[in-house]
Amino acid sequence: MDKMPRWADILLVPLISLILAAAISALVILAIGENPWNALKIMVTGALGSTYAWGYTLYYATNFIFTGLAVALANHARLFNIGAEGQAAIGGLGVALVALYLPWPHWTLALLGATAAAALFGAAWAAIPAFLQAKRGSHIVITTIMFNFIAAALLNYLLVGPLKPSGTMETATAPFPPSTHLPSFQDMFSTADTPLFRGTPANVTFFVAVLLCVLVWLLIWKTRLGYEIRAFGFSEGAARYAGIGATKIIMVTMLISGGLAGLMAINNTMGEAERLILNAVEGAGFIGIAVALMGRSHPLGVFLAAILFGFLYQGGAELSLWTSIPREMVVVIQALVIMFTGALDNMVRMPLERLFARRTRSTPLAPPGPTLHPPGRMAPPSTPAAE
Amino acid sequence: MTNLSTFLGATALLALGAGAAIADPAVIFDLGGKFDKSFNESAFTGAQRWAEETGGTYAEFELTAEPQREQAIRRFAEQGYNPIIMVGFMSATPLGEIAPDYPDTKFVIVDAVVEQPNVRSVVFNEHEGSYLVGLLAGLASESGTVGFVGGMDIPLIRKFGCGYAQGVKAANADATVIANFTGTTPAAWNDPARGAELALAQIGQGADVVYAAAGATGVGVLQTAADQDIKSIGVDSNQNYLHPGEVLTSMIKRVDNAVYDAMTAGEAVETGVQVMGVANEGVGFALDEFNQDLITPEMKTAVDEAAAQIASGALQVHDYTADESCPALTF
Amino acid sequence: MAVASQAQHQSPETIPAIELRGISKAFGPVQANKDISIRVMPGTIHGIIGENGAGKSTLMSILYGFYHADAGEIFINGQRATITDSQAAIRAGIGMVFQHFKLVENFTVLENIILGAEDSGLLRPSLARARRELRQLADEYELDVNPDAVIEEIGVGFQQRVEILKALYRKADILILDEPTGVLTPPEADHLFRILHNLREQGKTIILITHKLREIMEITDTVSVMRRGEMTATVATRDTSPPQLAELMVGRKVLLRVDKKPAKPGRHVLEVENLRVVDAKGVERLKGVSFSLRQGEILGLAGVAGNGQSELLEVLGGTMRATGAVRMNGQPLDLSGRQDARARREVGIGHVPEDRQQAGLILDFAAWENIALGYHHRDTYSKGLLMDQAAMRADTVAKMGRFDVRPPNPLLAAKNFSGGNQQKIVVAREIEARPDLLLIGQPTRGVDIGAIEFIHKQIVALRDQGKAILLVSVELDEILSLSDRIAVMFDGRIMGERVASQSNANELGLLMAGVTGEAA
Repeated sequence: MDKMPRWADILLVPLISLILAAAISALVILAIGENPWNALKIMVTGALGSTYAWGYTLYYATNFIFTGLAVALANHARLFNIGAEGQAAIGGLGVALVALYLPWPHWTLALLGATAAAALFGAAWAAIPAFLQAKRGSHIVITTIMFNFIAAALLNYLLVGPLKPSGTMETATAPFPPSTHLPSFQDMFSTADTPLFRGTPANVTFFVAVLLCVLVWLLIWKTRLGYEIRAFGFSEGAARYAGIGATKIIMVTMLISGGLAGLMAINNTMGEAERLILNAVEGAGFIGIAVALMGRSHPLGVFLAAILFGFLYQGGAELSLWTSIPREMVVVIQALVIMFTGALDNMVRMPLERLFARRTRSTPLAPPGPTLHPPGRMAPPSTPAAE
Repeated sequence: MTNLSTFLGATALLALGAGAAIADPAVIFDLGGKFDKSFNESAFTGAQRWAEETGGTYAEFELTAEPQREQAIRRFAEQGYNPIIMVGFMSATPLGEIAPDYPDTKFVIVDAVVEQPNVRSVVFNEHEGSYLVGLLAGLASESGTVGFVGGMDIPLIRKFGCGYAQGVKAANADATVIANFTGTTPAAWNDPARGAELALAQIGQGADVVYAAAGATGVGVLQTAADQDIKSIGVDSNQNYLHPGEVLTSMIKRVDNAVYDAMTAGEAVETGVQVMGVANEGVGFALDEFNQDLITPEMKTAVDEAAAQIASGALQVHDYTADESCPALTF
Repeated sequence: MAVASQAQHQSPETIPAIELRGISKAFGPVQANKDISIRVMPGTIHGIIGENGAGKSTLMSILYGFYHADAGEIFINGQRATITDSQAAIRAGIGMVFQHFKLVENFTVLENIILGAEDSGLLRPSLARARRELRQLADEYELDVNPDAVIEEIGVGFQQRVEILKALYRKADILILDEPTGVLTPPEADHLFRILHNLREQGKTIILITHKLREIMEITDTVSVMRRGEMTATVATRDTSPPQLAELMVGRKVLLRVDKKPAKPGRHVLEVENLRVVDAKGVERLKGVSFSLRQGEILGLAGVAGNGQSELLEVLGGTMRATGAVRMNGQPLDLSGRQDARARREVGIGHVPEDRQQAGLILDFAAWENIALGYHHRDTYSKGLLMDQAAMRADTVAKMGRFDVRPPNPLLAAKNFSGGNQQKIVVAREIEARPDLLLIGQPTRGVDIGAIEFIHKQIVALRDQGKAILLVSVELDEILSLSDRIAVMFDGRIMGERVASQSNANELGLLMAGVTGEAA
């Protein structure tokens, strides 16, 4: 039996962590002579208070959903994919090639083509570290980090040289043709009288991301492959005993993970910039790690955590726009949230568990029994999550 | 800095919605941030000078993500800030798309050309300034080998390197120019340790003058050069004072002036392309009490002569970005 | 015999080393200990026996300060003691040797012994003193270990001695050992018992927690039996017998011998010829093993752990490469590693692995997911692209019913079942797949007496359906009572084969030690 009811584990712990992070952030803001209550108001209105605000928050969240899902899926096979950054960058290359060099009659077809290309390129970028892990035992953390650098170098070469239209200073490809432009939320939801989501980058890709949350959930908990991935992640010995091949699982998991990371490019490259920009991923691959951690590797958790980080990004931008809180401080606030929800999770969890244990003792109806199992932190979520 | 009153005004406006005209200027710094020891910081210096001299206030924003370019431009425009000044060539495409939406707002972009009626584009002839410091480097070098440390390998920095190499070759046709770039991610602009490594490597290959065009990374280059007792050349702002007697000169790029001028002109800022070259003192080399002993009278004569020829058009320094090739240096 | 009969052979004036009076402890609605009173006399070995979950470990945890009793008192040497934490227990002279050792793997023996008991911030004097005392203790109690050996490089038997030394170094007069032989080979267990005898001779008091009747009978002076949180009896060991203890533990009569008819062997199912395995370090683990197995018979592989039985099971189960030849139902098996465990299942080989926690189960999976492990690709569990989870759950409920898995909750994670019920899940899965050949390793390790009886019955029933069974166990009793034929392994070879009904423990014991019949 677990020490806490599941709702407490999933909702209460992150919520308390967030409140703690917010409290410390407030102290920091106070220390630099700003009003934390105003700062919070600006963040909330700026990130959630209007369709404009949501247009940015959901745009960032879309990026983080893709990379968060990528990291989360790999986590289930106990593979730590730190390479989402590079895989997303290379995914962008795939999108750019498809959008620039193939004629597309309509954006729907272009979206399909770009999806295939982004996933394929991202997967290909994950394939080599995966192969090295499966066949040579080279640690995936090291190789995926290295591949981030290689991806950056490759894109730098391409965007300074072959893919850059001559005569411009910008390290970016030419703009994609209009037939590949994805409908933004503004296009989709505005009416003649009421413009909504005006000028914001959120676009149809958000729905692709939501769909992928569902698909990844199905994959992890409802399919044979997901069963094998989880089995492998929980116990390599038991997986071998069950005839689940390590090579196959490592390769397949990393290919899907890389593909998911690569798909982020549909959002930022095709949906927002409408051209491939150097360094377009901007750390979303690394935020994906925090998102997966906070979302406990569950697609629903990833979705919620991605929204939270989207809020932090957009709220942080508004904070920089309208206060003299420097952008470094915004990074500090974001870091506090990551620290409390990810790294310091046990700080909140342990006292809560004790609290619940005490409560359980006095209420005879609650489920019985303490166990001496340590709380399984980095572990993928336990099975009942599938219910 | 936005003070409390602008902040409160802004929030009040947020509540009221767009429309009211504050007519304060706004500055949008690029991803490096306003303390990048390079052109963002130079822009910040210009804005501060304006604020101190006039007592005016301005709004500012430091980008942290690509989509914020459009976001910041629109937000400032909707709040009535005018003119809106941004530095960095990556804002060119977003500005080109957004400027027509706000015909009553004036925009200033530094380091790129945006052809819209309400945009002033300020570009610098970095190749000319780099030519001059290259000439000095070629004359000062005893080994006949000089170095160039760039930040990220992007066309703009190649433009610096190419102008520099032409200057070196003009002084000594047999000279060797070693060019290195710090990295392939934006971290390359802020990696003094890597800058130091590259400088050491170039010194190992015989370089006795190194030119750093790499933002804060250049601090490491200049430090290493001083430690190894060779000459270095600073960039963007006058960095001669960092190591008196060790920094040969600095290639000055007056982004601060461009920002200061635009803010002074205010809403009446003249639009169109403004080229800042040697002729109008937009770029140049620094000579002050810290390096006067390093520049011999012969060198001074030669570099002044070259500057005059460039200003008059008699000497054409090749611009790498014109055709993406460089006659004097292979990247 | 259900009522406690106080069998005290000490004189009345002797003060018990430990006395617990009316200890109760509840976890939520579960009453782990109910009004338990016990007197442990100094200089005796006192056994506490009971099935998993009977409350033995809770009781000892209270004594050692891990839990606090809801009610009751503790007296140590006649003095009332409040034991708030393990430090207090150590001060009171109590030492505990856990089932899972609490040692720092990459420290040396000496470093582990002084860990937490250093004299000062400087290590050197502590180490020097510890080294002297260690030598003394080693001589006194036959507890020799190399003080400079690193823990991860010594065997479990030695690691356990380090735990005992740790307790003695901290001046413990009362030693509690929790299931100490669970991880030991028979010779190691014998050595442990010698050590315990020596400790008792020196006046130490020992509490031995176990569920193995043989150990109780062999070395304890007094035995207390626990069932469902209650102390059902305390008796002098010489006045009781295994069947009586088993009945007290389980609450009903238990059959300790396996009841089976003579085997009726059919055609050959498995033929193994000249099997060789070289491990990653280049050590030859199997050195040319040959045997065969027929329908309707149980072949028991006896041997001290580590003599190649595990490797043999793994090769046949498809998780280890080998050279040689194996034919299953006349068809050769690929031993090169190209055929995995799944391919083995396809040709009718079921496998209950030796280590259910590392291989047989995924502890974090629910029971219904574990029921499919290894068979998850089969059509019965599929519905189009997805797994048929309803079918998996229904199947789990059915198997849990037939194998009496408790609690019969298919949603519960495997780690939350007791050892015996975990094993029942594995056995249910493998037996109900009706394999032509069942490989079964350590079928009853860490399993309660009641469950042992049940699992043995199921194995015999499978045999009687004409299936072949290869049984590996380090429990000689189990091999002797279940097998039809017995092969003894030593050093990667089969030393000899015997017909079970015509063999005995002595003969097999000699073979297990590598002494062949001719030489003896």
